[in-house]
Amino acid sequence: MTPDLECTGLTKRFGQTTAVENVSFAVPPGSFFSILGPSGCGKTTIMRMIAGFLDPSEGDIRIKGRSVLDVPPNKRPVNMVFQHLALFPMMNIADNIGYGLRRAGLAKSEIDRKTGEALERIGLPGIGSRKVDELSGGQKQRVAIARCMVLEPDVLLLDEPLGALDLKLRERMKVELKALQAAFDTTFVYITHDQSEALVMSDNIAVMNQGRFEQMGTGRDLYYRPDTAFVAGFVGDTNRWRGRVEKEQGKSIQLRTESGMILRGATHGRALHAGDHADIFVRPEAIRIAHSKDELAHFDNLISGHVTSMLFNGAASRVLVCGAEEGDEIEVNLPQSGEFAALKKGAAVHIGWAGDQGNCFAAGAT
Amino acid sequence: MRNEAKLGLALLLTPLLLWLSLLIFIPHVDVFLVSLRERVGVGTYETSLANYLTFFNEPLYLWTFLRTAVMSVLATVITLLIAFPVSYYIAKMVKGRVQSALFLLCLVPFWVSELVRTFGWMILLRETGVFSSLLQFTGLSSGPVEMLYNDGAIMLGLVYTSMLFMVVPLVTTLESLPDEVVEAGYDLGGNGLSVLREIIVPHAMPGIVSGCIVVFMLSLGNYLTPTMLGGKESLWFTELIYSQFIVRFNWELGAAFGFMLLILSSAIVWGMLKLTGQSLEKTMG
Repeated sequence: MTPDLECTGLTKRFGQTTAVENVSFAVPPGSFFSILGPSGCGKTTIMRMIAGFLDPSEGDIRIKGRSVLDVPPNKRPVNMVFQHLALFPMMNIADNIGYGLRRAGLAKSEIDRKTGEALERIGLPGIGSRKVDELSGGQKQRVAIARCMVLEPDVLLLDEPLGALDLKLRERMKVELKALQAAFDTTFVYITHDQSEALVMSDNIAVMNQGRFEQMGTGRDLYYRPDTAFVAGFVGDTNRWRGRVEKEQGKSIQLRTESGMILRGATHGRALHAGDHADIFVRPEAIRIAHSKDELAHFDNLISGHVTSMLFNGAASRVLVCGAEEGDEIEVNLPQSGEFAALKKGAAVHIGWAGDQGNCFAAGAT
Repeated sequence: MRNEAKLGLALLLTPLLLWLSLLIFIPHVDVFLVSLRERVGVGTYETSLANYLTFFNEPLYLWTFLRTAVMSVLATVITLLIAFPVSYYIAKMVKGRVQSALFLLCLVPFWVSELVRTFGWMILLRETGVFSSLLQFTGLSSGPVEMLYNDGAIMLGLVYTSMLFMVVPLVTTLESLPDEVVEAGYDLGGNGLSVLREIIVPHAMPGIVSGCIVVFMLSLGNYLTPTMLGGKESLWFTELIYSQFIVRFNWELGAAFGFMLLILSSAIVWGMLKLTGQSLEKTMG
């Protein structure tokens, strides 16, 4: 099947700086694709190239198999939901949604019908005559999407549209966006710096850093099997130590951190040899905490220490544990089953995790 | 405490009230009263509408007023047409230092007095002036060309004088239009013309209206430019008022003219606002 959107070798240079470097990806029809990266990584540049506001220095953009490089933005079968939504404040809601249809030269009755349908679809029937500033943040969001979707674009681009919303609403809109995507059955390309937005909504995610794609895959892949140290550090929370490889045993290695802690981790196929500098990443939820050492006997990483601080955050509460002799602090998820409810700062605890939960990367490759 | 607050309010309002009453209200009431007097003999006056009747019965006066109004409207429209692209360029196309530099360039001519600026145009346009000499020098014209003392010269002067007062409100309103909104206009299938018509102009409407009102009023009440560039026979309404007050010493008729100018200009502005579906509150708010 032809992908709805396909970029090959996309490169954009501004003078001496390269904002986007040799990026290739394909988005299959009806899927939700996210580009995740820190601000300034070039993700907005990619978006603007797809929308047609910027011309790529090199590479090609194909929509449904046809190159759109020569097509101006107002003729491309892509529409964009802007970061601040960019609803037209001088028009009412119905005129906002009908704008693109009017431009396409549809008859008035047809425009009214389609606008009504779109409002129905986003769950806001009968608000057509309202003004833009009478709507709440979430409603504006939905109108901005409806305004694009009435044009039935092949690809809908969304440029961090949830950034301006407050946390509660953002959580709700994540679910709603995913539902809208299923309802309209259109390909969504979503850019964000918020990993949880990307993980929750996307079928596929590309993690971007300094103009390049670091890794592309499902949320699960990125989270559990990061290809690079950047992805390991950027997607999800993680403990990170730098050290020197002491031993390699097949797929696992033993590493001594700068402060002297001995850790075992997995290379997942990456070449690491004794004597190399390496970074090891361990997620806080991969670490088990226990009152007695026996419970953790089956783990190959075992550390006894004391709690240096409690980070209470409801269900996502964590503790910082410091090994008996070393200076490194280890962030550990606190089980919410009650057995650690009485845990206090300074209490002695034991922690352990399986060696293959520790992802190791050659150092310096951040 | 309450009394102190009242005192504070009174003190704050005093300058405003003084200004309004002494400089606006009282003079206008006085002008109105003067305009209602008719001289029936030496030093004897009667209250009547004779001065206003003179205005309406004398075709030259009405004609001059009409001409002034039409020319002012035309000057306003031309100023808008020139200032809009200029403002759009300053507000949206350039950023940072270039933007402030261009804005400053619009302001620079206003550092010299209007008299000097108008005289500058006279140097350029008169028979022995720069343009005339240039035309003769290049052989495009065999003799001296007089470009002063016609309606074109007046129009030129009015537009030049008013430009800043149109550019400032336009730049301010256009700057507040997010680039995103314009891009969204294109993204959803609009072309340059429809984005201008449906998005940019409606957004800039408050600026357009306030700029137009200021420019229209300035042109209508301008005395210097029409007199210097249009000559003695330029038939500008303010010249009629001047000649009644100063030359003829007929204060009564001059006052009536002044009052007619106030009423008619207000009526024209009101009519224009109604015609374009705008309101003063919306524009100033």
